[in-house]
Amino acid sequence: MAGIPHDHYKPKTGMQKWFHERLPIASLVYDTLTFPTPKNLNWMWIWGIVLTFCLALQIITGIILVMHYTPHVDLAFDSVEHIMRDVNGGWAFRYLHANGASLFFIAVYAHIFRGLFYGSYKAPREITWILGMLIYLMMMATGFLGYVLPWGQMSFWGATVITGLFGAIPGVGSILQEWLLGGPAVDNATLNRFFSLHYLLPFVIVGLVALHIWAFHTTGNNNPTGVEVRRKSKAEAQKDTVPFWPYYVMKDLFALVMIMIVFMAIVGFMPNYLGHPDNYIPANPLATPAHIVPEWYYLPFYAILRAITFDVLFLDAKFLGVLAMFGSIAVMALAPWTDTSPVRSGRYRPTFKIAFWILGFDFMLLMWCGAQPAEGLVPLVSLIGAIYWFAYFLIILPVLGWTEKTLPVPETIEADFDAHYPPKSSTVK
Amino acid sequence: MSEDKGNRRDFLYVATAGTGAVIGGAAVWPMINQMNPSADVQALSSIEVDVSDVEPGTQITVKWLGKPVFIRRRTSEEIKAARDVALEDLPDIDARNANASPVIGETETYAKDSNRSLDETGEWLVMMGVCTHLGCVPLGDAGDFGGWFCPCHGSHYDTAGRIRKGPAPENLPVPVAAFVDANTIKLG
Repeated sequence: MAGIPHDHYKPKTGMQKWFHERLPIASLVYDTLTFPTPKNLNWMWIWGIVLTFCLALQIITGIILVMHYTPHVDLAFDSVEHIMRDVNGGWAFRYLHANGASLFFIAVYAHIFRGLFYGSYKAPREITWILGMLIYLMMMATGFLGYVLPWGQMSFWGATVITGLFGAIPGVGSILQEWLLGGPAVDNATLNRFFSLHYLLPFVIVGLVALHIWAFHTTGNNNPTGVEVRRKSKAEAQKDTVPFWPYYVMKDLFALVMIMIVFMAIVGFMPNYLGHPDNYIPANPLATPAHIVPEWYYLPFYAILRAITFDVLFLDAKFLGVLAMFGSIAVMALAPWTDTSPVRSGRYRPTFKIAFWILGFDFMLLMWCGAQPAEGLVPLVSLIGAIYWFAYFLIILPVLGWTEKTLPVPETIEADFDAHYPPKSSTVK
Repeated sequence: MSEDKGNRRDFLYVATAGTGAVIGGAAVWPMINQMNPSADVQALSSIEVDVSDVEPGTQITVKWLGKPVFIRRRTSEEIKAARDVALEDLPDIDARNANASPVIGETETYAKDSNRSLDETGEWLVMMGVCTHLGCVPLGDAGDFGGWFCPCHGSHYDTAGRIRKGPAPENLPVPVAAFVDANTIKLG
């Protein structure tokens, strides 16, 4: 697939030419910012900028928190309280960091479901999609490691339960778990390595994000019609696109301001709303909180983990639950190959739309299940939710591609755009 | 291809790659191994616990190797409840007892109550307080079988600490333990 034709950076002054011949970094920045972007993108295309902002926010506030935090089992909890009470503005940095993680995950889920609805994962954007899934996995790992650092009850018991997942692997499980923990149980060695990795992984994410952007700048953005930008000539491409700067930068920044109004209100007025009171109790290895709940952004997958309560052949329920949890993310990564439909965007796929919205509901249902104690109907509902999740990716997507009667797709992005915003006068054309 | 015979250049490639793999492995292994339990953590740990204050029907929890150990002095009802259970009703029929070995003629130590308790009468039950599902600490005097209940994912253990219901795959393990005198239990 040839790239979208557009104007490239041309050094003008002697100084610019001198520099460009030695390090063409201005060209890289210019070409990235003026990248031709489909002119019909809707509001669901703002999340990339929000995510980039979150990554920067988390790294900056994180670096600040580390200046005052002590990674030791006897001091960690107190050092967090020291940040909250004594460090100048420390409470603000910690609440921004803690709630920043929630904003990060709201944005990533919106971004992923946007991709699922508009078929952004389909050829030729498979690599972008896979890189996105890797970023998402890294985010989950980073969030988990970070939650352990304040060394409260939820920190300790969350770490115990999650590292226990690795202990469930037959054969090597217990050796692997002991290696991860650095001892027979979660202790100082665990806290220290989690701190080290929590600091490392965001920079791995930065690298993956750069590849993610590089990948979709190679293929071009998807858009709500799923129709490719015409790229035979620059004039043709310009009818379908606008440069990212200033058009989408301004739109995305406006959206970011709107989101920041809500986010800052939460940070300022209800900073613990999404947290668990148990994490303000120092870690105690001898007492488990009555109800261990992960942070909200892990709940759907936690529900899938708990949904398997029966053995199958020689595999026990515990290991199957772990397989189901990681499998539920793996099947999402396979979507580019399991979705057989030639039509990219869900806008023109009436039956797919229904299946997609059920998936969205399923995700919320599993999130609710994950927050409930595992009793009564909850395990059964979780199991049904987990089955639908797998069925969507492994059965519905391939079958719909063969059976579904799709609606007519617009010829070009320009045609779709003009249908929504008719050109004011014919002279413009 | 007439003959599958490598030349001198092929040999050099293989030798170089092989040497590189060995050196790479030698460099990587210490970086992996440093994450294993350190010497102070590994140092064989054993503790002695004074159980003279433990009344029948109560239990104490002590921390050993970073994990809780339950020491329970069972009532006669608890012992009877545990001994009346048929092996067929147990999801895990292995005793999971580090102190017990199979009797002659049997291939494994079955999870009979007498294979779980520390003493002949069955009054003392010592076991790791770590749920075999995902490692939470079960609560005592709770659950559908009058034993322990894990609040994390709903595993029920009976009065001998054997898994009866829920996601946990195994009975609560009995660690190496012995009475050193009438009032003292040594762990490890």
